[in-house]
Amino acid sequence: MKTFDYSRADSPEAAVAAGGRFIAGGTNLLDLMKLEVETPERLVDISRLDLNTVEEKDGGLLIGALVPNSDLAADPRVIANYPVLSRALLAGASGQLRNKATTGGNLLQRTRCYFFYDTHARCNKRVPGSGCDALGGFNRIHAILGGSDQCIATHPGDMPVAMRALDAAVVTLKPDGDRRRIPLADFYRLPGDTPHIETVLEPGELVTHVALPAPPTGARQIYRKVRDRASYAFALVSVAGVVAMTQGTITHAALAFGGLAPQPWRDAAVEAALIGQAPTQAAFDAAADALLSGARGHGHNDFKIPLARRVLVTVLRDLTGEPA
Amino acid sequence: MRFTINGSKREADPDIRASLLDVLREEFALTGTKKGCDHGQCGACTVLVNGRRINACLTLAVMHQDDDILTIEGLGSSDTLHPMQQAFVRHDGYQCGYCTPGQICSAVGMLDEVAKGWPSHVTDDLSAPVLNDAEISERMSGNLCRCSAYPTIVDAIREVHEA
Amino acid sequence: MSDVAMDAPYRPAALDRAEQGLLGKPIDRYEGPLKVSGAAPYAFEQAPEGTAYLAIVTAAIGRGRVTGIDAAAAEAMPGVLKVIHGDPRMPAGEGNSRAMPTMGGDEIFHYGQGIALVVAETQEVAREAARRVTVHYDEQPGRFDAAEVEVQQDHKLGFLPPVNRGDLDAALAQAEVVLDRTFTTPIHFPAALEPHATLAWWEGEQLTVRSSNQVIGGAKGTIATALGIDKDRVRVLAPYVGGGFGGKTGVGQEAVFAAIAAERVGRPVKVALTRRQTAYMVHHRSPTTQRLRIGCDRDGRIGAMGHESVAYQNDDSAFLEPVPFGTLPLYAGEARRFRTDLARIDLPATGAVRAPGEAIGTFAVECAMDELAEQLGLDPIELRRRNEPTRDPTSGKRFTTRRLLDCYDEGARRFGWDKRESTPGSRREGEWLIGMGMAAALRGNFTVNAEAEVILGADGRATVKTDMTDIGTGTYTILAQTVGEMLGLPISAIDVVIGDTDLPPSAGSGGSFGAGSACAAAALACEDILTELALRMNAAADDLRLKDGAVTAGGRTSPLADLVRDRPITARGKTSPGKESQATSQASHGAQFAEVAVSAITGEVRVRRMLGVFDIGRVLNEKTARNQIVGGMVWGLAYALTEDAVVDPRNGRFVNPDFGEYHVAVSADVPRIEAHFIEEIDDSANPAGAKGVGELGIAGSGAAVVNAIHNATGVRIYDMPVTLDKLLSSLPPV
Repeated sequence: MKTFDYSRADSPEAAVAAGGRFIAGGTNLLDLMKLEVETPERLVDISRLDLNTVEEKDGGLLIGALVPNSDLAADPRVIANYPVLSRALLAGASGQLRNKATTGGNLLQRTRCYFFYDTHARCNKRVPGSGCDALGGFNRIHAILGGSDQCIATHPGDMPVAMRALDAAVVTLKPDGDRRRIPLADFYRLPGDTPHIETVLEPGELVTHVALPAPPTGARQIYRKVRDRASYAFALVSVAGVVAMTQGTITHAALAFGGLAPQPWRDAAVEAALIGQAPTQAAFDAAADALLSGARGHGHNDFKIPLARRVLVTVLRDLTGEPA
Repeated sequence: MRFTINGSKREADPDIRASLLDVLREEFALTGTKKGCDHGQCGACTVLVNGRRINACLTLAVMHQDDDILTIEGLGSSDTLHPMQQAFVRHDGYQCGYCTPGQICSAVGMLDEVAKGWPSHVTDDLSAPVLNDAEISERMSGNLCRCSAYPTIVDAIREVHEA
Repeated sequence: MSDVAMDAPYRPAALDRAEQGLLGKPIDRYEGPLKVSGAAPYAFEQAPEGTAYLAIVTAAIGRGRVTGIDAAAAEAMPGVLKVIHGDPRMPAGEGNSRAMPTMGGDEIFHYGQGIALVVAETQEVAREAARRVTVHYDEQPGRFDAAEVEVQQDHKLGFLPPVNRGDLDAALAQAEVVLDRTFTTPIHFPAALEPHATLAWWEGEQLTVRSSNQVIGGAKGTIATALGIDKDRVRVLAPYVGGGFGGKTGVGQEAVFAAIAAERVGRPVKVALTRRQTAYMVHHRSPTTQRLRIGCDRDGRIGAMGHESVAYQNDDSAFLEPVPFGTLPLYAGEARRFRTDLARIDLPATGAVRAPGEAIGTFAVECAMDELAEQLGLDPIELRRRNEPTRDPTSGKRFTTRRLLDCYDEGARRFGWDKRESTPGSRREGEWLIGMGMAAALRGNFTVNAEAEVILGADGRATVKTDMTDIGTGTYTILAQTVGEMLGLPISAIDVVIGDTDLPPSAGSGGSFGAGSACAAAALACEDILTELALRMNAAADDLRLKDGAVTAGGRTSPLADLVRDRPITARGKTSPGKESQATSQASHGAQFAEVAVSAITGEVRVRRMLGVFDIGRVLNEKTARNQIVGGMVWGLAYALTEDAVVDPRNGRFVNPDFGEYHVAVSADVPRIEAHFIEEIDDSANPAGAKGVGELGIAGSGAAVVNAIHNATGVRIYDMPVTLDKLLSSLPPV
């Protein structure tokens, strides 16, 4: 690990003024620093800022960026009104990691691409312009949607997938004191030619909260994660589904996907194929077609295309069928 | 740097880069906390910080000023074993012993989470978790045991929970 | 010294007379309180004051030469004591008593090979400085893709020569039913949780090395050879070893590096491999291609069996995975061909990982038997029963104890095998397809040299000493039980001292031979003590009755302490292979059963229960033996479903050299597992009558899971592991 300057911020304002890399839970950043994938010169410890509460606001929730994953998953309001978020959080990592990992940090978790982690490998995300060893290499865990000819790494998170389906927004503080509210839909950037730039955050901008709007009334929520072992593994495919029906017709549908793309993936066309429809096989197939029409496998990850279809159709069936 | 470790105030002046794990092991000679992977992928370094189980390898010591840290040595010594330690011996919840302190600290932290009503990935009703064997296994899946003594580890934890 | 070569079956008479009732009992581990309290010191721990830290600079290329090393930046860093490279004693790879790696050259055999050393005051400085060492290379093209390498048939690698009996091709041509299938298995990492670590210090000319090592007697010689010094100048300690699984049988580069570094800086030095370095600096199990051919008649009687494989090895190593080792004595059949061909490749060395041969060879033979049974319309157990040989079908030697048929029967009964649907894919519970599978387990038993010393002290306590290791295997405990049983002492009156090469030489922990041989040596030493006690009692040794620290003979009872007084009794026991070992075919056996659920949606496999019945000779400690067997069964589960180390064929690097993406089983993968023993003491195996346990559990357990997947889904997968992507296209539509 390269050495660095360390300071602890005592307020969000001081944190953004300090001009360094923020560290809170550290479960991802330190992992990468040990490998010198990340080599920040200055760490600003924000772990003791007063951003660790969940408050009710505007009919929804305002979640402090430092709320640990464990606490958020166990929050009675989250369990009652956003069970998809609880489920997604609990499907991620391990008990120990969830105790340390924070809401803001989890949004910014970096890819688990093998070649991003191997500093001898080519990786445009780690070293812009160096190439991509996943393209043409072993890419079983890589993206089938949203990738570019520069990068096909996936976002590894679970929590952000649920938040995407729940229409969350990210609240930030900029060094100039401005606050922003960024819909999660606009928060992540696709890799394109700049895979090292993953979000719209500006230098020094601090995530302070995540805002969840009121949950859709009468909606069912499911998070389903498919992985290589029963626990403690990243998603090959995951689906967060929030669907409401009225009199046999789908009136609200929000489907977000993990493991498929460089960011928590949501496609309006999927939902358009469902809203106003009866919950039929044809509608589910149409939704899956909409999701996967642009999907592209890279060899080892080709299986994600049929897998995503099967999981989506099953989740839709569970969301719209007779309650178990 | 000041910490409370196993109930005692301790001071150290570690390298700014040092993980809590390395400070415990190399500065304070508390080598019961193990390093298996150093990347949060095995759980051998599990300790309780302010009562919560975490991976000591993935946190900087410098971030733990004044924190209350409990390691396996604080849980019980070889002649005054904690009930969880006793249960691991009785049920043979180990083989080589290397993951064991982490398993035990994790189990103690985990049962506390259950007592607080925290659900898990395999909980049917998120608001009312019931600790069965599947729950224990899921909640302990952040602790690898390469010897794979998982069934007897579950036995030990179940016994302590039911006691 | 009581020295028993196994020229004939042998059992210490005192074991049959023993009254202490310790041996075999499920008593708690001797060292348990130390382990659960974190007080048991492993290699990297409890180092002397002033110990410096070593970090290893590893090769960034897959094949070629080092042309220059620029260490100036590293040397300039505060806290760096020394940067070492070009020392002619630095080995290029792992060594052992049979083969030493290339020493002192600049040749790079594989990516990740250690090439320079940084010694510093702290771990953090050593690590960073290692990254600041610049290495210049002459990179050469490497052979990184096993599938692209020419296969050599006439090689001399490995301990298992090819077997050719009868005319396999002709026998297959004449067989009424032929099954011909090719299986592939991937690279497996041993992946002990304790990183390979060494602490080394010199006192004058004497080197002491505390190392995470399974076979310290061998390591002592290997380290001496590497350093070019006399063996007597090296002492190796390994009181606690955090798992080995074969990966710690040899001497890794890091152990020799630590010794060199300690000498060069004049201070104790310690090193632990990082997890990613472990993938490269520790050997792994070779991937294999296995062609399995069976010819039989319509009743399933096998006349021909071929198990022909390809495994790989690099230019610097001599091991070769003995793929068909477990197949050799398993089933009848006249015409037989067993061979393992070699592909030379530029990757880290392959080597012995838990149950070399059986762990992966049983996937081929036991999945093929399952498929053959299906083709014949026979129950898989019935097919095996019809081919149970009465003598070793390959060597013609007589079996010692072989309770395989009993294992099938008891296992079937306990598991509820009669509830298995014989038509695959016919049992479904909601989303889940349910199936059952079984397989035979067999692991060859080795008789080896081992010595132990037992001292009966003036206080009536006994101490047993041998240079054995306990890598989680229960060595401490079973040695105490053996001595307690022989001398009539409770466990609390026995001290076990192991893990030090100054002690009498044992075989170490490897090949499942440690428990039987070490306990045998201890029991033999106790026989001598009993002889001496009989003299002091003025009685015949056969008349002694020993229990709870007292001896009774001829109507007189005396506390042991009174008999010893100021004349402690020290005795040595030794066991070694002999004519009986040569004349017989020995193995541990078992029957493995598994029930799985396969998601009809995703292809995810969940093992719902496993059960095995095992014939391991004398059970030395029911608790530790069962735990170890169950652990092996979990390995089989993970080999069947998840473990798969992937090489990037472009550069010889592992794609997934850590626990994040190399998926060993976690607790949630592991169901309730039952293991039962059919105990028949094997007096031909060793004087303890115990056969190997540590590796048996893995044999066949993965095949039972894969066979259960077929029973659940109707799909046969020949390419391990059975990850969900391989099942997806065969699942019902959604």
